[in-house]
Amino acid sequence: MNLIGVSASYLRARALNTTLNVLLLALGIATIVLLMLASGQLEERMHRDARGIDLVVGAKGSPMQIILSSIYQLDVPTGNIPWKQTQELAKHRGVKRVLPLAMGDNHRGFRIVGTNHEYVGHYGGELREGRLWSAPLEAVLGAEVAAQTRLAVGGTFTGAHGLKGDSEHMHDEHPYRVVGVLRPTGTVLDRIIVTDVTSLWAVHADQYEIKDVARIAELLPEEGRELTALLIQYSSPLAAAVLPRYVNANSDMQAASPAYETARLFTIIGVGVDVLRGFALVLIFSAGLSVFIALYNALRERRYDLAVMRALGASPRKLMALLLFEGLLLALIGAALGIVLGHVLTELLGFALRQAHQPEVTGWIWYPAELWLVVVALAVGAFAALLPAWRAYRTDIAGTLARG
Amino acid sequence: MFEVRDLRHAYDGTDVLRIDALGAAQGEHWIVLGPSGSGKSTLLHILAGLLRPTRGEVTVAGQRLNALKPAELDRFRGRHVGIVLQQLHLVPTLTVEKNVLLAQYLAGVAQERARVRDVLGSLDLAEKSHAYPHELSHGQAQRVAVARAVVNKPALLLADEPTSNLDDLRCLQALDLLVTQARACDATLLIATHDRRITERIPKQFTLGQAT
Repeated sequence: MNLIGVSASYLRARALNTTLNVLLLALGIATIVLLMLASGQLEERMHRDARGIDLVVGAKGSPMQIILSSIYQLDVPTGNIPWKQTQELAKHRGVKRVLPLAMGDNHRGFRIVGTNHEYVGHYGGELREGRLWSAPLEAVLGAEVAAQTRLAVGGTFTGAHGLKGDSEHMHDEHPYRVVGVLRPTGTVLDRIIVTDVTSLWAVHADQYEIKDVARIAELLPEEGRELTALLIQYSSPLAAAVLPRYVNANSDMQAASPAYETARLFTIIGVGVDVLRGFALVLIFSAGLSVFIALYNALRERRYDLAVMRALGASPRKLMALLLFEGLLLALIGAALGIVLGHVLTELLGFALRQAHQPEVTGWIWYPAELWLVVVALAVGAFAALLPAWRAYRTDIAGTLARG
Repeated sequence: MFEVRDLRHAYDGTDVLRIDALGAAQGEHWIVLGPSGSGKSTLLHILAGLLRPTRGEVTVAGQRLNALKPAELDRFRGRHVGIVLQQLHLVPTLTVEKNVLLAQYLAGVAQERARVRDVLGSLDLAEKSHAYPHELSHGQAQRVAVARAVVNKPALLLADEPTSNLDDLRCLQALDLLVTQARACDATLLIATHDRRITERIPKQFTLGQAT
């Protein structure tokens, strides 16, 4: 028998009220946990995907769209850019390395991205089986693609026109052959099918009546050679001042800075996150208010209990502690439940995102900042119990007993 | 034992209690009589250290209560004074056993389940130790209240109107209970009452007059 036991007995006696208060607090905490986990992981992944890429060059259009479509494989590209201009740009002295990207087809919603071996290396891609491509129409699958399509080395598939899995137009006459499968990297590479740039030219070779697709790189006339975007690494910090302006002024292409656009994106997302966080704080505040009302009302019916406890030798401080423990106990249960609930909700969100081929989010990771939520919850519980506890402290025992 | 000297207590400037001298030796059984409003409850609250008198000396079990600080008074009350109130006020969310254990815990003495079992057994409550107060009859609840008051073997056992609202048979049973339990721990017993049925049984009596 101790104070916590007595506090718990009162909470049990008001089970419905206790449950409601715990739920209210748990929902608020869960919302914040969900926001923390989801936005934290998305931010981490977006930074990881953009790491080492200083500039993206695409067709004229929205810079944000260029970044989203070419680095994160989320939005549709702004259009295509001529091969010749990209070759000239690659020779610029401000450019250290260029990763070409050619997009436009998909297999069951997974984007087929034409690039070079360096792109795979840039994202730390390692082969789980097979090899990288060495000819047009040889494809390597990202880990998530392999898991969801159940394709393996030696298998074939056809690309469909467009970037989503809803196109009627299939490139049946030019099937891809899987030559390799990659290990998970935790980057955009997991969600795409990589192949040679020329593969995407090959599936459109019929327009130029080319029969030998293996030699497409030699046979394709200049106007058929197109890329979607270039991922560029600067040779020196100085290039940041020169290269974007050079691209925008001297070509039909548009330069977009991943650092700038991603920061802008986070600002936009941040507004939504702030609104949700505000909503969660309102929930937590309501929980505090509700706990306060419950304890304050309970004081009336418990004034004799409190007086009797004093008569049995309890100091006023013990009565105060009794009420505080009730608030703290509620808060602790609410916080624990909320954190568990937040992780489960995040995992559900992650499941839904994986179904939609979006960046992966998992509920099974733990951020140290969640401990702060426990502190916040306990502070709310203690604060809600403060006035009732003070009233308990001030109980006039003789007066109460004389009336009762 | 207890002893009061030159005791005055006033609410809002009006005297509700005035006793020049009253005392009892250890183990004696007394009743304090008087009509409603004569200050019986007030005297009990003062002896229990629940209330500080406006004036006067109060000594219980050899301890001058006037000399104790509030926290010391709480501890003293928990260990040396047992109180049975007219309204029993058992803690409704705790079982019978835990209600009695609570008295040990709040008094700051060791919690001994064996002692609690003994007391409940002596009051014929062994079967009810896991029942909640709302599951008890009034007689059972009163016995729990007595168990709670005597579990710490108090030097002074106080009872405030323990027999009002009871029929004759139950009245005598309740009185026997208090006397037996007081004797068991050699406590001085003081019963505040206006119940004439008790007066024949306990010869040591003190009557409070109408306060002036």
